[in-house]
Amino acid sequence: MEIEEVYSRQEIDEAEGRQINELIARSQTPIPDPDEWLDEKLKRNVLLTSVDAILNWGRRSSMWPVFCFPACCAFELITTAASRFDISRFGMEIIRASPRQADLMITAGTLTWKMAPQVKRIYDQMAEPKWVIAMGACAISGGIFRSSYSVVPGYNRIIPVDVYLPGCPPRPEALLYAISMIHKKVARRSLIQEGK
Amino acid sequence: MTTALSVSKIAKQLGKKFPEAVIESGADSLLLKAESLLAVAEYLNTAPDLAFDYLNHVTATDYYDYFEVVYYLVSMKHNHGLVLKVRCYDRENPTLPSVVSLWRGADFQEREIYDLLGISFEGHPNLRRIVLWEGFEGHPLRKEFL
Repeated sequence: MEIEEVYSRQEIDEAEGRQINELIARSQTPIPDPDEWLDEKLKRNVLLTSVDAILNWGRRSSMWPVFCFPACCAFELITTAASRFDISRFGMEIIRASPRQADLMITAGTLTWKMAPQVKRIYDQMAEPKWVIAMGACAISGGIFRSSYSVVPGYNRIIPVDVYLPGCPPRPEALLYAISMIHKKVARRSLIQEGK
Repeated sequence: MTTALSVSKIAKQLGKKFPEAVIESGADSLLLKAESLLAVAEYLNTAPDLAFDYLNHVTATDYYDYFEVVYYLVSMKHNHGLVLKVRCYDRENPTLPSVVSLWRGADFQEREIYDLLGISFEGHPNLRRIVLWEGFEGHPLRKEFL
């Protein structure tokens, strides 16, 4: 039958299945949240502090998010991006289709294990420095699907998360608040931490 | 709007051609023997006064004692519809004939039933998991799955 040509081959499916099972085995414990920004200020010297201030101002004033909208929180994110709430006020109206041009991943929605390798791949492709907002109950802990056989119980199994944003889904105001938390976090970043 | 055909009328019509096939004709559906499913389906597909040329969807349920697979048929030509049901009593190795040769739309849905309930469809050209990944243990829509 000619239709057999359009099907993917068994080996491709098996390779994908192996990849997912390995990721599940690796991701049994959450990745600790990044906390190096909490370092005491004593480590910083005067020159770096002023350079840091300018660099961080530049970074937080135009954070470009990347596409990661696996489920319904995406609509709140889209609303936030649209004219009523308007994230272009923060210089982030361009949501990049390419992770290589993005600084921020807003994980808007439930993540299944089948999708998890792709999300991890997108995160790995983003250039340093990069930040992650876990948006909504599912992104924080798996939400009501936590005990399901197919759902990742929290994005922090896969990628380190900077800001947790509760809600099901969170309102656009809450997302704007989370973005301002990310801005505060970026403002406290120091050049000394680069390369860690 | 699509009219639901009178099930008892069709059961009578089928009874003439396939005397053993129909187990029960309910209020809105026809319960068929698993062995005669393919022959009956082919007849429903080709008979000019029935002409069920479109398979709306296939689904399945676990009733503990048996699996029930449900076929929703529609005729675009005559604008009428019919529901077929088939039961599968073997829990270890449930098997049914595939209707992909008659309705191509059954392809993905039979794969989904195979994936989530573990019913294998004989004659399916590509019977593999579709929703879950290869190497997943068990069939989640079965009642014993936890």
